Amino acid sequence: MSGHSHAEGVLPHEPEKATLEGRNKVLGFWLFLGGETVLFGTLFSVFIALRDQVNGGPTANELFSLPVVAAATLILLTSSLTSVFAIQAMHRNQTKATVNWLVVTVLLGLAFLGLEIYEFVEYAHHGHTFAASAFSTSFYSLVGFHGGHVAFGILWISLLIWQVLRRGITLHTAPKVYVAGLYWHFIDVVWVFIFSVVYLMGKVG
Amino acid sequence: MLLSACGRADLSPLNPQGEVAKEQLNIMKISISIMTLVVVVVFTLAIYVVIRYRRRPGNDGIPVQVEGNHKLEIIWTVIPLILLVILGVPTVQTVFGQAKDYSKDEDAILVNVTAHQYWWKFEYPQEGIVTAQELVVPKNSTIVIEAKTADVLHSFWVPALAGKIDTNPAGNINRMYIKTPDKTGIFLGKCAELCGPAHALMDFKVKVVDEESYANWISAMKAPAKLPEDPAIAEVFEKKCLSCHAVGDKGVPVYPDLTGIGDRETVAGILVNTDNPKYKHEGTVYDNLYRWIKNPQEVKPGNLMPTVELTEEELQGIARYLADYKLHYESEELRNNDATSDKEER
Amino acid sequence: MAHGSHAVKRYKGILDWLTTVDHKKIGILYLLAGGFFFLIGGLEAILIRIQLWKPMNDFVSPDTFNELITMHGTTMIFLGVMPVIFGLMNCIVPLQIGARDVAFPFVNALGFWTFFFGGLLLNISWLTGHVPDAGWTSYVPLASTTFSNGPGVDYYVLGLQISGIGSLLGGINFLVTIINMRAPGMSFMRMPMFTWATFVTSLLILLAFPALTVGLVALMFDRLFGGNFFDPSAGGNIMLWEHIFWIFGHPEVYILILPAFGIISEVVTTFSRKRLFGYSSMVFATVLIGFLGFMVWAHHMFTSGLGPVANALFSIATMLIAVPTGIKVFNWLFTMWGGSIKFTSPMLFAIGFIPTFVMGGVTGVMLAAAPADYQYHDSYFVVGHFHYTIVGGLVSGLFAGVHYWWPKIFGRKLNETLGKLTFWFFIIGFHLTFFVQHFLGLTGMQRRIYTYLDGMGFNEMNLISTIGAITMGVGVIFFLINVIVTSAKPRTATNDPWEDGRTLEWAISSPAPEYNFAQLPLIRGYDCYWKEKMEGNREMQPAEPLGPIHMPSPSILPFIMSVGLFIAGFGFIYHQHIVAAAGLAVTLICMMLRSVIEDHGYHIEPEEIQAKGVKA
Repeated sequence: MSGHSHAEGVLPHEPEKATLEGRNKVLGFWLFLGGETVLFGTLFSVFIALRDQVNGGPTANELFSLPVVAAATLILLTSSLTSVFAIQAMHRNQTKATVNWLVVTVLLGLAFLGLEIYEFVEYAHHGHTFAASAFSTSFYSLVGFHGGHVAFGILWISLLIWQVLRRGITLHTAPKVYVAGLYWHFIDVVWVFIFSVVYLMGKVG
Repeated sequence: MLLSACGRADLSPLNPQGEVAKEQLNIMKISISIMTLVVVVVFTLAIYVVIRYRRRPGNDGIPVQVEGNHKLEIIWTVIPLILLVILGVPTVQTVFGQAKDYSKDEDAILVNVTAHQYWWKFEYPQEGIVTAQELVVPKNSTIVIEAKTADVLHSFWVPALAGKIDTNPAGNINRMYIKTPDKTGIFLGKCAELCGPAHALMDFKVKVVDEESYANWISAMKAPAKLPEDPAIAEVFEKKCLSCHAVGDKGVPVYPDLTGIGDRETVAGILVNTDNPKYKHEGTVYDNLYRWIKNPQEVKPGNLMPTVELTEEELQGIARYLADYKLHYESEELRNNDATSDKEER
Repeated sequence: MAHGSHAVKRYKGILDWLTTVDHKKIGILYLLAGGFFFLIGGLEAILIRIQLWKPMNDFVSPDTFNELITMHGTTMIFLGVMPVIFGLMNCIVPLQIGARDVAFPFVNALGFWTFFFGGLLLNISWLTGHVPDAGWTSYVPLASTTFSNGPGVDYYVLGLQISGIGSLLGGINFLVTIINMRAPGMSFMRMPMFTWATFVTSLLILLAFPALTVGLVALMFDRLFGGNFFDPSAGGNIMLWEHIFWIFGHPEVYILILPAFGIISEVVTTFSRKRLFGYSSMVFATVLIGFLGFMVWAHHMFTSGLGPVANALFSIATMLIAVPTGIKVFNWLFTMWGGSIKFTSPMLFAIGFIPTFVMGGVTGVMLAAAPADYQYHDSYFVVGHFHYTIVGGLVSGLFAGVHYWWPKIFGRKLNETLGKLTFWFFIIGFHLTFFVQHFLGLTGMQRRIYTYLDGMGFNEMNLISTIGAITMGVGVIFFLINVIVTSAKPRTATNDPWEDGRTLEWAISSPAPEYNFAQLPLIRGYDCYWKEKMEGNREMQPAEPLGPIHMPSPSILPFIMSVGLFIAGFGFIYHQHIVAAAGLAVTLICMMLRSVIEDHGYHIEPEEIQAKGVKA
């Protein structure tokens, strides 16, 4: 299935695309992200439809604190940048740098999650719980789903860090890292929409 | 034979009596004519091809391989498009026509329909009256229906008069109109959205009457309640029935209004008040009331009326009282014209 | 260049089937499981028709009836016909494009097992007595906990959710396979129609299923965790469910029918000995149908109160789909025109398909006219329409495909006499069952009613419909007999048992060897095998030298992952959150193992290939 011939020790420039399996993984993942786009798109539509149904509870404007959310956004955007650096290092066949940048990405992701958990706990104290209203259910579903994706990404990238440390950058590990990078960018893009549609529009009304 | 194939005049969309249903049948006729043409063309081609080009013994060669034919392909793209325009234009016109809001019309009669598991409440806001299961309306009128549900989705459908409208919960109230025909009659209504086990049993009636009868009915509905004559029965009735139901100005208007239940076509929408053994679900009004009150769950599984604890005497007394609770609103004209409470084919 | 030495993992017997990642075996598993669920759905249908054969019947209770209609629809669509479609796609598409497997063999197996365990979960509800009964469309508020209190609807939600994962994975797999793994010379416009159909269908699956996922998650959250998506008292909106369900639900029916269209193109061309008339328009029409399929969902909601603008737009959009569909029908008829038609079982089913599907399509255009739909909606007219398209259409197409490709899959041709008996009983029974239902609807009979009063004018037609259903059942029994009888025969099918094969799968042995192609073939045109045959070549020309063939290793992980989801499903249904978490943990751990353990497969060496001892 994979007819790869290479001189020992020298990886092609884009190792993730040098094998059929690698190309399959990359294309397959882009398609998967297409499906995820529909998924998040549907969640966004539901949120937009229900955003004003607060059932007597606090509204978006009352709840959201833009500084916290802005900080979270900055952290996540930066983590996307560091994941780009990781891929660039991978393309330059620099194992150490790849791992380091991936570690930073994971740490930033953890910080983002930590902020989000803190934020949700604050909201709960103000009566904005999952079961409080249609608005709150759709809020937690959308933003929580995204957070779940971040958590999964953190777990995934951690596993990949371990693999790259053990086996280095190979024709087998490269597609995995590349695809994880795509995933990380995707959840970053979704966050940009969440920030705009949920938080900014919520504050501005 | 052909007419019976079109179904009952009080039930069938193919035998419409109301103006809206007639417009809808018109669209059906246009679409079916066009589609019959398509089907005939396709079937003719298919039958021809299958007979003419079947493999015959001795004729075993490879036929000429044809890639396509631009002219043909254009023809069978353009012609269907034209056919669709022929159907599309009246469709769009009728869609907008039937979305017209008559509620501000002076002469329109407003009815608020609330669907329940498994009965229909009809409220006439202009008159301040409430009834159940039977929508009494005058002929030659525009009835504006605003429909919603009190629980799950149902759908309000009187096939002989108009298409259906779903009943959604309060935030999504729907509106439709019925233009009653120029003659009196009783039309069958059905629930057309799965709503639970008794979905099949949630029938109702639309009773189109003459102006005089309608006026009589309105006054009769506004009249003070007529309670059972026997004080013992009256007491039981007030205690055990009027805690959920209402008659006239007495009782609680949460469950079906019982005013005038004695002259309705059915009990509970599904036990037909007739002695013509046609529906396998009929009986006299008294028998039906008795059967229903004795064990509502047996008649409509899953409905919300419990088995009320009554002695045999009380049960008979209440059934008798309700069977006799007639409003006598029918004018002479109506009584002469109208079929009896049996649904004869027209 | 060999990769070190791997102990070649080859399992035997049941373990082989539980661990296989071979698309041909997975295809057979899909056919078997789909066939099994189809029989269950068929039994449910017979019970429904027995209840309805006469007025005021009490064969089943109203509750049981609602369970039967819910399970019949859900099982038939998701667990009956879709898996058979996936089965044929799996068995055939890689062979049609000259690939040795699909792009992601492991994910392929995972797709099968999740489908299977999701279906098992849903149907186990019968054994627990908590069966979903809110219809296959599961509208809220009926499906909310307020009105459907027990676990029944939760079986629907979790069973479908798990099963749906399988469909999504399958869709992505076929897309990548078709885009990346076509043999040299197989351009897109040289692909067979069944492969094109698979391609467009897979795109529809990718874009439609996530909407269902969200809908099911929302319903699950409302039912299990106090969510308020659909609870009007807390600001929720029931219309959201309708929109989300149908944004999935409408493309779903095109997901069902497009593969059947592909099959008909294959069967009609083969048994007319003629190339497909208007191939490029057929491709274009397929793509257009797929695209338009996303634009029409609200025609299921004409009576919900969307307003005249929406109703008018969706009417027109829905009518438009008739145009590319018509193009296809005429192209099939003109393929047969001037051809040499042989009436084998597959061809009978294909010829039966064409007029039957046209009738279904025609009632579809009738339904598209919104004002008329105000009468038809939720009546037996709709039931007639969709059974004409799904059963008269899709299932006929599947019977055609199954009879056609049976020798390629199993090495034996199904018996022709039994095939013809299947056909005639099925098609006659089908028309008896469903033609009258249009008139039941047109004369005022609503759908989903467990009984009807006498004297309504419905009696005779319901009786005829029930007799038809039993006749169809007889047809299916003939098919089962055929399968059993054929399985006892020796595997004597040649590579091209119909002798008029046009597409690549007929160039290799029946069944195909484990690796499909000893050497990837060079594709020199459309209908590539026919082209070679017409030029006097018995075989395809190779596009590469003979060399070691890389094969993916079998794995038990897909099976275990699906069991994990199955357990989690039970946990959620019965509010046992520890069980749910444990099930999910099993699945997650397997995913982690899959990521971390590197298994690079094994090789089949040229000597083995040349010894021709390497069979599936």
